[in-house]
Amino acid sequence: MQDPDMGVKMRNQRLLITVIPHAMTGNDVIEWLIQKYNITEEEARHLGGLLVQYGYIYPLRDPRSLLLRSDDSPYRFQTPYFWTSSRWPASELDYAIYLAKKNIRKQGELVDYEKENYSILHKRINHTWDFVVMQAREQLRASKQRRKADRIVLECQEQAYWLINKPCPGAFDVLDLGPERCNVLSSRVALIEHSRRALGRNRVKSSICLESFMKYSEQYLHHDPIMSGCLPSNPWISDDTSHWTINTDMVGTPTRLRVERWSFSFMELLNDSMGRREFMIYLEKEFSAENLCFWVACEDLRHGESSKIILKVEEVYKNFLAPGAARWVNIDSKTMERTLEGIKRPHRFIMDDAQMHIYFLMKKDSYPRYLKSELYKNMLAKAIVPQETKKSVFPFMRRQRHSSPSPAMVTQATEDDGKAKGAGPTGTSSTTNSQI
Amino acid sequence: MRFSINPEMATQEVQPNETLTNLKAESDTLKTKLEDERAKLHDVELHQVAEKVDGLGQFIMKTRRTLKGHGNKVLCMDWCKDKRRIVSSSQDGKVIVWDAFTTNKEHAVTMPCTWVMACAYAPSGCAVACGGLDNKCSVYPLSLDKNENLAAKKKSVAMHTNYLSACSFTNSDMQILTSSGDGTCALWDVESGQLLQSFHGHAADVLCLDLAPSETGNTFVSGGCDKKANVWDMRSGQCIQSFETHESDINSVRYYPSGDAFASGSDDATCRLYDLRADREVAIYSKESIIFGASSVDFSLSGRLLFGGYNDYTINVWDVLKGTRVSILFGHENRVSTLRLSPDGTAFCSGSWDHTLRVRDRGYHLEPVTSATVCLILVSSSSCLSLMPVPSPFYFIRTASFITFGP
Repeated sequence: MQDPDMGVKMRNQRLLITVIPHAMTGNDVIEWLIQKYNITEEEARHLGGLLVQYGYIYPLRDPRSLLLRSDDSPYRFQTPYFWTSSRWPASELDYAIYLAKKNIRKQGELVDYEKENYSILHKRINHTWDFVVMQAREQLRASKQRRKADRIVLECQEQAYWLINKPCPGAFDVLDLGPERCNVLSSRVALIEHSRRALGRNRVKSSICLESFMKYSEQYLHHDPIMSGCLPSNPWISDDTSHWTINTDMVGTPTRLRVERWSFSFMELLNDSMGRREFMIYLEKEFSAENLCFWVACEDLRHGESSKIILKVEEVYKNFLAPGAARWVNIDSKTMERTLEGIKRPHRFIMDDAQMHIYFLMKKDSYPRYLKSELYKNMLAKAIVPQETKKSVFPFMRRQRHSSPSPAMVTQATEDDGKAKGAGPTGTSSTTNSQI
Repeated sequence: MRFSINPEMATQEVQPNETLTNLKAESDTLKTKLEDERAKLHDVELHQVAEKVDGLGQFIMKTRRTLKGHGNKVLCMDWCKDKRRIVSSSQDGKVIVWDAFTTNKEHAVTMPCTWVMACAYAPSGCAVACGGLDNKCSVYPLSLDKNENLAAKKKSVAMHTNYLSACSFTNSDMQILTSSGDGTCALWDVESGQLLQSFHGHAADVLCLDLAPSETGNTFVSGGCDKKANVWDMRSGQCIQSFETHESDINSVRYYPSGDAFASGSDDATCRLYDLRADREVAIYSKESIIFGASSVDFSLSGRLLFGGYNDYTINVWDVLKGTRVSILFGHENRVSTLRLSPDGTAFCSGSWDHTLRVRDRGYHLEPVTSATVCLILVSSSSCLSLMPVPSPFYFIRTASFITFGP
């Protein structure tokens, strides 16, 4: 909830001796924030404004307007007693006493919504109403005995507190915090188990790990549209969707960046349906296409419907693992044994070991050779580098923003045609029949 | 609030002479030992390694689209794989599917509960999942028939014993991962609604989760009110790694694009980066002037930038490697509750309690002024020009000339 770290640090401020002591101007606050935190004026105004909205600073002139003005409007710090972090949520009883005081002090001082709240409270906590009125009278009497300046200060502080905790209906309610979260006690035994396990794990030196972030960021720098822009133009800026149309799955000639990306990692190649297609073509030439087909079938098993698991496991066995199978995959005997044993009780992860084996086989062997192959090199050579769109000189001629067919619609159409479901235009679906 | 039973607790044999103090002592000792082990291999800090990389300078980000239509606080959003569609959910139970590019609304569903805190787009683009105070996660297939009531085809998939805080489809439309205020995460089969695996280990509400982009595709990370970020194996249900350095609730977790690390945003006003191979926190992104919690985080495509949406209505953009802030974005009028990068990294969208969503990306030095912008040009003391859209008729440029930004 209200995080205690949000508390404001006490600070030195210029004292303006006015009728109300220890006041400061809005400008002072902003200047101080800029100085102390080395931030821009915009940020200082924003931060200062939040402090006012949350009640840590309150305005003296026009107290109902909770804004931080960057001029000489006077403000004061709220006393910690009334800080949002110390007195939250506001107690109903306190509110009743406050309203009662206002009512007693000057008839007709209560504003509309306050009058309403007052009568609601009167009904709700009627049983303690005598106490409320007595408290209110006591507090008023005590305050009459104070010096005028102090009394005004206390009244201002109290008013500021209630303006925030019981805001006018329709006004911005800054204390709206969302649904409640609970905090439950931890289980010590589980923690111990976990710590023991964690002590046993292998760790890598920081220098090695952190180097990899450097490398990754550098490698992907030109592929990151927010860092380096994109060609021909960023659709969100220019309203031109060319960037998306030249990068679809079905495009005839891919862009250069896209083909380059396939060389970054095996996962990048497989994640791009065009890359996967190209790789399949290459494997077919090498007579090892069954590996990729097997991997795809295993992915389909892992992520597909639960009801089809048994069927799919049978298919995979028949096509890839059974002795003499049409597309037999070469896995080591231990994994094969384990997998065949597991097939007797099929579940969605049963092919994981075998799939992992084949994945790493492709990654270590076929993938590097593909990157050196003529097929890939040709792809890279004929890949296009789109021209950067010249920024229009006539800004009023804003492009029409065309809508695109919803993925849902395309799928519906293919469904109607009786084709396989889930083969959307942008999906990286792993259904075996559509891609291979 | 019910606390779900931890199976380990139930099956563990507690020796008769093990008192609570003994257990506490043991767990504290182990924790210290673990910290020492982790520290042994920590031979360098991230910003030291990053010294040889060029700094980024200040970034300007501009709002490209503002999506208005929710009548209440926007709580969550997700992108469609087609890079332009978005689903968003709000406090009043409305779930809207937009084509963010044209800003048109394409579908709208009203959930039977309020505070829809989680929503996700299916990978195929044909369905959306959402849930919140109803403790459930429901899947709505998206129909293009205008007359069809989407709510009629709704499928209840997940059932928790407390509110749903986050949900995500795994690699296909067939499985959903959820996290809940009941302290658990769970993996569900969409077709049957069957629970495939549950994940116990958080000691309080779980607020967020993210799936790993790794090769083996089998892990995910979750963050909760117990200040812990846990990494789980989806197959076994085991918690394989845990990080506890935040000082308050973790509101959001997101994997670094390579899958070797993840970032978290918390109520303690910091975002942190945790490396999975080094098994430790490697960076803290904070500033003294940021005193409000971070509600959502996401990386740019190359992982160089970390975007954080905060409860003080701003978005801070961090240089992940150097640890410095490269931009602070204003514009929202209430807290930023959700933030995600688009699938191809061309833009990021933020949703806020001010009822709107904004799609933003980089602004450039030379950009034409559109007819929709009425501008106030300020020349600040460092002779740098800044552009602020302001509804004031004082100074405005309405010609076809280019406005140059500062150095």
